[in-house]
Amino acid sequence: MVFSRARQSYDGVVLAVPVTVPYQRYSIETAHWWMGKALRALADGAGISHRDFDGFSVASFTMGPDVAVALTQHFGLSPRHIDHVPMGGAAGIVSLRRAARAVQAGDADIVACVAADTNRVDSFRSLLAGFSRFSQDAVYPYGAGGANGSFALIARHYMDRYGATREDFGKLCVAQRDNALRNPDALMKKPLTLEQYMSARAIAEPFHLFDCVMPCAGAEAFLVMREETATSLKLPFVRLLSAIERHNAFAEDPVQVRGGWVVDRDELYGMAGSAPGDMDFVQTYDDYAVISMMQFEDLGFCAKGEGPDFVRQHTFTVDGSFPHNTSGGQLSVGQAGAAGGHLGITEAMRQLLGTAEGRQVKNAKLGLVSGFGMINYDRGLASAAAILARA
Amino acid sequence: MTEPLARPKRKNPLARTTQPLLPPQARSRKAHGFTLAAATGRFMLQCCGECGRYTYPAREACPNCLSSDLTFQDAPTGGALLSETRIEVTSDPYFREHMPWRTGMVQLDCGPVAVVHLHGDCGGPGSRLKLSLQLDRAGQAVFFAKPVSEVPHMEDDPQWREMTADPKHRRILITDGRGPLALPLAQALKKAGAARIFVGVADRWKPFDQQAPLEAIEGVELVDLDLTSERSVQDLAMDIGAKVEILINTADHVRPAHLFDAGAANAAREAMDHTVMGLMRLAQAFGPVMRSRGADGATGAVAWVNVLSVHGLSNAPQFGVHSATHAACLSLSQWLRTELRPGGIRVLNAFAGPLDTEWFQMVPPPKVAPKALADAVLDGLKRGLEDIYVGDVAKDIEARLFDNPKAVEREAGQ
Repeated sequence: MVFSRARQSYDGVVLAVPVTVPYQRYSIETAHWWMGKALRALADGAGISHRDFDGFSVASFTMGPDVAVALTQHFGLSPRHIDHVPMGGAAGIVSLRRAARAVQAGDADIVACVAADTNRVDSFRSLLAGFSRFSQDAVYPYGAGGANGSFALIARHYMDRYGATREDFGKLCVAQRDNALRNPDALMKKPLTLEQYMSARAIAEPFHLFDCVMPCAGAEAFLVMREETATSLKLPFVRLLSAIERHNAFAEDPVQVRGGWVVDRDELYGMAGSAPGDMDFVQTYDDYAVISMMQFEDLGFCAKGEGPDFVRQHTFTVDGSFPHNTSGGQLSVGQAGAAGGHLGITEAMRQLLGTAEGRQVKNAKLGLVSGFGMINYDRGLASAAAILARA
Repeated sequence: MTEPLARPKRKNPLARTTQPLLPPQARSRKAHGFTLAAATGRFMLQCCGECGRYTYPAREACPNCLSSDLTFQDAPTGGALLSETRIEVTSDPYFREHMPWRTGMVQLDCGPVAVVHLHGDCGGPGSRLKLSLQLDRAGQAVFFAKPVSEVPHMEDDPQWREMTADPKHRRILITDGRGPLALPLAQALKKAGAARIFVGVADRWKPFDQQAPLEAIEGVELVDLDLTSERSVQDLAMDIGAKVEILINTADHVRPAHLFDAGAANAAREAMDHTVMGLMRLAQAFGPVMRSRGADGATGAVAWVNVLSVHGLSNAPQFGVHSATHAACLSLSQWLRTELRPGGIRVLNAFAGPLDTEWFQMVPPPKVAPKALADAVLDGLKRGLEDIYVGDVAKDIEARLFDNPKAVEREAGQ
């Protein structure tokens, strides 16, 4: 049996037209409405008809009963590459990877990657109740804490084992709020102090109010194409240098302390010809600050267990020593379902295109985006990351 | 340490009664292997027949070797706490009324990691724990972790109370005061802290042996109850229905009759009227009000017990009518269980072999002493069980039915 050779490069794959459909806390519309807005914005941004998208990749928790192919009729698309990526916070990068290979191989010219979810009153509860078979059988009946309850168990264990404190998590949350105040699309508009963070009401120990994302409705989207396509359309673009994904890694760890990034990170940096220290900013998947801390470790910014120290030594605002989640992240922009996994990508694109306005990281040339998702039972199963570069 | 449960204050008659809610009920079909274990107080997980590893949550294939030979096997009950949380906020209406709720992640001694309900007296991460499978208020199996050694008042832990039907501070109705079970049951219930024990007696003017000792127990009140009279059952329900938190139906009517006897049908009709229709009359009169009081404070309605003959599961020819009667009662009891579930009311079936009483005089030992049956019912309530098999004969039949029901049938009466 021949084992995997090094993966082929992503040469010539670019991303263009970052789209954010501004979030709403609750929406009376369906996921389809949000997708329609996103597709329209992609088409407008690219200066072509949506019928010219010959690839379509969608991520959503609330598009049921439809599947991806049904959406082609709904939106008048006729793609030759179609994908549904139900992977929550990893969906953005997984979509990107698949779309990249499709355009490289010529299976498609322009893939519209769209993530959209609505948030109706009570739809979040239904989503939690029926999230997965393991969750339904073995987690939800235990206090029905949802993701907060499950990640609280992971966070408490991480704190016990590596000495992280609530103040460490708070520092990340406060910095992200600071970033969000410069992002007009962020739902959170009020400043957050560490004192407010520390004294907020408990949700599921050790988590308090500001440790938790706010579920909302919204959409994120971008286009993936070959460089020549972007050039012919006169579209500004960013390059995809490398990308990895890994699922259900380290199943033997009794409690999750690391994600699948560890397995593939050497390839991630190797393909990009760069090192962690070269990144001008990092967009982690921040469903909880403890998970961001885990990503700092697992993506090689510090060693395992040094996440808390790393946080203490750096500042995380757009003008800080380690610009992180420069949009404000899900913690301060809002978590629009599956779109939470695309938020880091569109934000990274804006930073590299130089269109991040008030939150622009100076001279941003290289950025890392990470995705994480699907707490099927006791841990997040899907992890993914990509390195993007200014063209 | 758990705060001892205080005797409930008198209810404000103007206050709205809290309506019962249930914890999340959806489960995969495989997960009902845990329901089977929890119903009888066993601790079982799926174990791979090929590689021998235990696995959790319930799966269709072993993640180690992909064998589909995953049967539920008894497992060691120990574990160590890996992490814990106290959930303060939930979107689920049932748990919302019970916040905060303590849960943890446990490394089971048999291998897998389980998310569990955590008793308030459990120590923090690293503590050793004793696991059990319990039926929650929805009747669905869940893992529950308690400290390894007993702690004072640990049965009063509010999360544990949701998993059980402890008689403490509750009011109980025993339906047949003339039966052999009434006295030992009343004694055991009193000892367990029952607030009040109503004992139904038909034809009160007829004296009976146990009357004096029953009346001597503080908190016992004899009440008129004739299970063969719809009027009598309805009258009692009008009177005390809203005060009954545990109903223990001990009605029985043992009369030997051969199938080919000329009067067998009459004997059967009489037994059915007393036992089967009696249960139905009780269900109609007491079921609705009990169901509506499933969340009526810390001592709301919680359980219905049917004492059944184990021969209801497979006919014993020497007690053919009795067996048939109890088979019908079992079927009714299953129906009742479904109807009471929305109220979070547990239905406990206590299957017993022949009792050591006059009506089973001809049966050789082992027989079940009424006190042993009463104690088993109390144990079942305190542990929140659903099916209990009391005595050697019942346990033997349970095991043989599980193994080969046809063999039980063929060997009956031999």
